[in-house]
Amino acid sequence: MTGTSPAVVAASKLGLTFQTNDGPVQALSNVDLTIGKGEFVSFIGPSGCGKTTLLRVIADLEKPTSGTISVNGMTAEQAREKRAYGYVFQAAALFPWRTIERNVGLPLEIMGLSKAEQGERIKRTLELVNLSGFEKKYPWQLSGGMQQRASIARALAFDADLLLMDEPFGALDEIVRDHLNEQLLELWGRTNKTICFVTHSIPEAVYLSTRIVVMSPRPGRVSDIIESTLPRERPLDIRETPEFLAIAARVRDGLRAGHSYDD
Amino acid sequence: MDTFRDKLIPVTSILAGVVVLWYVFAVILNAPFQRDLDRRAGETSTFSELIGKTLSQPKPTLPAPHQVAVNFFENTFLRPITSNRSLVYNAWVTLSSTLLGFAFGTALGIIIAVGIVHVATLDRSLMPWIIASQTIPILAVAPMIIVVLGAIGISGLIPKAMISTYLSFFPVTVGMVKGLRSPEIMHLDLMHTYNASRAQTFWRLRVPASVPFLFTSMKVAVAASLVGAIVGELPTGAVAGIGAKLLAGAYYSQSIDIWSALVAGSVVAALLVMVVGIAGRLVDRAMGGRPA
Repeated sequence: MTGTSPAVVAASKLGLTFQTNDGPVQALSNVDLTIGKGEFVSFIGPSGCGKTTLLRVIADLEKPTSGTISVNGMTAEQAREKRAYGYVFQAAALFPWRTIERNVGLPLEIMGLSKAEQGERIKRTLELVNLSGFEKKYPWQLSGGMQQRASIARALAFDADLLLMDEPFGALDEIVRDHLNEQLLELWGRTNKTICFVTHSIPEAVYLSTRIVVMSPRPGRVSDIIESTLPRERPLDIRETPEFLAIAARVRDGLRAGHSYDD
Repeated sequence: MDTFRDKLIPVTSILAGVVVLWYVFAVILNAPFQRDLDRRAGETSTFSELIGKTLSQPKPTLPAPHQVAVNFFENTFLRPITSNRSLVYNAWVTLSSTLLGFAFGTALGIIIAVGIVHVATLDRSLMPWIIASQTIPILAVAPMIIVVLGAIGISGLIPKAMISTYLSFFPVTVGMVKGLRSPEIMHLDLMHTYNASRAQTFWRLRVPASVPFLFTSMKVAVAASLVGAIVGELPTGAVAGIGAKLLAGAYYSQSIDIWSALVAGSVVAALLVMVVGIAGRLVDRAMGGRPA
């Protein structure tokens, strides 16, 4: 899948070292990764493995200290300036003083779109995440799951082809999470976006991804990359099939191997 | 009903306690002078007569609550508000310079805060001076401001308002620096992913995030403004204003007048803080705040 389509994200020998009071911390070391158009790639690993840092490097929220990264064939900074990606954080991070529609419209305002264009896009993206009818509500009037859906709508509103998601459902309960996973897959299928998804849940990673990047800590690095053999159409009960369980087992093995390294 | 039980009862019981204590101290403090008067007049009072007299002296050391209340009522409601003995008139004089100084102070405080948040050099150079400015006793600075401004032909409302400004910009600066820096990292990162300009981040994120901080600091600032206006009236020999009433009362030992001017000042302060509080709540509601 990777070789045939043009690379949306290409990292080569990527490294990032944070200077802290306790000395340098190697958050990322020697990461080589190519993500093709339309892929759904999950990053999984224990805390401190650099999965969020990697996502932030792609988003130009952190600068790498070695190696190179390109996004849509540009540097990460140029890609950010061109608004090449939508970013979804761990928390919904909605502005509490804005209604849902004005939250979704925030990036559109910043891009300077006309009011009519803004309204049209807000309507379309809210439909995409099933939040029509909640335009005039304030964030506190919505449940946690709905808030996170609104924040996904905000990331989709300006039609970037790349969606970066940093444990977006980590703070939600399992029932809501299942539901949102299903909706996210459906949305991915419909929009053909490239999605980078950070998680620490094995079933979530296996259920969603076309490829799973297993990472391990100290120093943060890629320890395994697993191609999913599951079909694109995935009902929730695919999680009970032997195929699904086999992939999950491989991910678990990869995580364990990474861990034993520094035990 | 709930607010009645939760707020009114505790507040009134404290008030009742204060009034009782006040009466006790009025008797204790006024009694020596009253005994003196009785001795000179060759009278002997019973204990209850003595108490009655201590609570009705014309120039008591500590006026009784009812004396202050009567004086306050007469000077507030029974005098034409154009009379210079009217507390409404005097309160208005002080209030006008309070409001002017408060407006200046809030504007100045916001401008300084914006500078401090956006220019690193200002953060390092200005903040220590701003803190130092508040350690200078205002009573020492007030006459100088008034004399200096008087020398260049500025008198009346402006000098008093300047003292209010001096006291009120500080809480606003401190509150707004905190408020403009209050957005979470996540919100700032979000703006960064949109490649938002500094101005866009300022108006769309920092300013709305700072609004609750602004109103909290404005409550402190408006009370400080009133203190500033009253202090500004003391050294100038102002003819009107709550400060002028306090000074005149002190000159002529009109202790009841002093106390009722004091009450008038407190009422004005309470009203001002309340108005700012209500404005804050209205703005919060308009900005989608969760009803408490």
